[in-house]
Amino acid sequence: MRSADKWRFALNALLHNRLRTGLCLLGISIGVTAVVLLTGLGEGARRYVGAQFQSLGTNLVFIFPGHADTEGAMPGLGGAPNDLSLQDARALQREVRQLKTVVPISLGSETVANRERSKQVYVLGTTPQFIEARGLRLSSGVNLPELDWERGQPVIVLGGELARELFPGGEVAVGNTVRVGDRRVRVIGVMEDRGTQVGLDTGLMGLIPVASAMSMYNESGLFRILVEIGAQTDTDRTVARMREVLMERHGEEDFTCKTQESVAGSLSTIMRVLTLALAGIASVSLAVAGIGIMNVMLVSVSERRSEVGLLRALGAGHAQVRGIFLAEAALISAAGGVIGLAIAIVASLVLRSFYPAFDATPPWWSVLAALGVSTGVGLLFGVMPANKASRLDPVVALRS
Amino acid sequence: MARVIELRGIRRTYKMGDQELHALADLDLDIESGEHVAIMGPSGSGKSTLLNVIGLLDRASSGRYALDGRDVTDLSDEELSEVRQNQIGFVFQSYHLVARLDAVANVELPMVFAGVPKKERRQRAEAALQRVGLGDRMHHKPTEMSGGQAQRVAVARSTIMGPSVLLADEPTGNLDSVSGNRVLDLLQGLHRDGLTLVVVTHDPAVARLADRVIVLKDGRLAREWRGTDVVSLDQLFELDAP
Ligand SMILES: Nc1ncnc2c1ncn2[C@@H]1O[C@H](COP(=O)(O)OP(=O)(O)O)[C@@H](O)[C@H]1O
Ligand SMILES: [Mg+2]
Repeated sequence: MRSADKWRFALNALLHNRLRTGLCLLGISIGVTAVVLLTGLGEGARRYVGAQFQSLGTNLVFIFPGHADTEGAMPGLGGAPNDLSLQDARALQREVRQLKTVVPISLGSETVANRERSKQVYVLGTTPQFIEARGLRLSSGVNLPELDWERGQPVIVLGGELARELFPGGEVAVGNTVRVGDRRVRVIGVMEDRGTQVGLDTGLMGLIPVASAMSMYNESGLFRILVEIGAQTDTDRTVARMREVLMERHGEEDFTCKTQESVAGSLSTIMRVLTLALAGIASVSLAVAGIGIMNVMLVSVSERRSEVGLLRALGAGHAQVRGIFLAEAALISAAGGVIGLAIAIVASLVLRSFYPAFDATPPWWSVLAALGVSTGVGLLFGVMPANKASRLDPVVALRS
Repeated sequence: MARVIELRGIRRTYKMGDQELHALADLDLDIESGEHVAIMGPSGSGKSTLLNVIGLLDRASSGRYALDGRDVTDLSDEELSEVRQNQIGFVFQSYHLVARLDAVANVELPMVFAGVPKKERRQRAEAALQRVGLGDRMHHKPTEMSGGQAQRVAVARSTIMGPSVLLADEPTGNLDSVSGNRVLDLLQGLHRDGLTLVVVTHDPAVARLADRVIVLKDGRLAREWRGTDVVSLDQLFELDAP
């Protein structure tokens, strides 16, 4: 029997059993749609999160006191970690040339008040470079002044939402005086809202000069040193150099450098695992579809016993009968795969037109996997019925 | 004359629980090339079983079988399929056409399994349908044809590969006498052209056309007649009397 004739015969048999074929197609295509669409959603979520991180600015390094690997594991052994000081930040700026900006950050939670209106928020002591490094923008007024890091000044830049809460009804904040704790400071600028970035609500915070903050909080150590590395430089080498400089000053590694890449990278890994989990769940529906195919094919074999008997009488061998039924299973599952894929692609396009920011385009590997798996499932679950058909006793089959 | 079929000590046993049922018991039978043999006998006497063994659809439990001088007793399943394909033609009482295929496609089927190219297949099938008088029914489905027409399609299909022997199991059993006679005319014509015919029948009128009539009883050869000697069913009923 020629291959083309086998496929033609199988196709003809399928087309003459519309209902059965249709139900099989439905099952397989739902399974494939689920796999492709869910992996598309998972990948979309991964890209979305990645893009959110990108919006923070690339190549940021956070340095914070305490070593992530030893801290907590062996308390007391190395003693309390040394503070990260303004001098450390200064040394980095001076000795590591590849750094674009070094931004010291001191953090405290303070009550900011305009007469009787007050709000407890994070007040960051930092430098004017903070705003740019974090991708923030001013909506009115000016940035923090360029000062010597050791000098304070009674000024504040307010987050957009904080400004609206303290100065409601269109009252202009810039130029007014607010209280931060028990100090009176002048509002010199207001930031645009940029939503929450890594746990910090940028709308509800205030920025003051770093020296003012350290004296206000009575702290000699910094909360973070935020470093922005030039876009063209090798992050790993630069971080290693920064580590060297700080080790020399502290005598031990009592600090941690965390690159934004690694944060984004681990999140990306998590999201990919989630995607795979979604694909796994969706595969269950493919397997269910496969079992459906098997059932339908088994019914088909028993209904066509007399046909099988006839084919055998006309000279078809075991292998040919088996090949015909396998071809039917393969055709159904491949067609179901293509239909399911088309549905998934249309659905992801529709989704994109409603939520342009969320790109749920299925990844190429899920498309290949779905088609491969659906065809595999069809063949796998087609083997049993095909074997059954080929093993029918022709005499008995002809009598039915 | 060459011997087409040579059966020696053929036995076909079915196990029914712990009882053994001999559908065929120690049967010897020779059929010469070009012979027309009718098989008769009461229901359950083993006629269909014999035909299936001759057609290699069924295997004897013991005994030896030579077809066209070749011992086919121990062939593998694939080899048997090939022999069926090329040397055996079947016609069944209930036609056994594939309902979704039209007349031409049904006649083409044996050639499909033999790997004959599509164009040649089509030509040969159309010519065969012309010969059985169905040139105007080529593209009718079995459900759009009468029983007699369907059986003529089946006859065209059974001879399309040029078999050594044509086996027909009650070919007119489902037909009225007019369509039955047309089918018998066809078979007679094939026989005149030299084809070996083995026909199972209950109908003395059909048996009378044969060169030889063999009568089975309980899986054994009970009697042999010359076809022209078969006069009536009564002769067969005599057989049933102990
Ligand atoms: N698959 C089978 N299993 C058991 N017994 C069978 C089977 N096929 C046929 N027989 C028995 O073998 C005997 C001969 O059957 P068969 O050749 O069909 O008779 P006929 O065609 O002469 O009516 C019968 O008794 C029948 O019941
Ligand atoms: Mg019978």
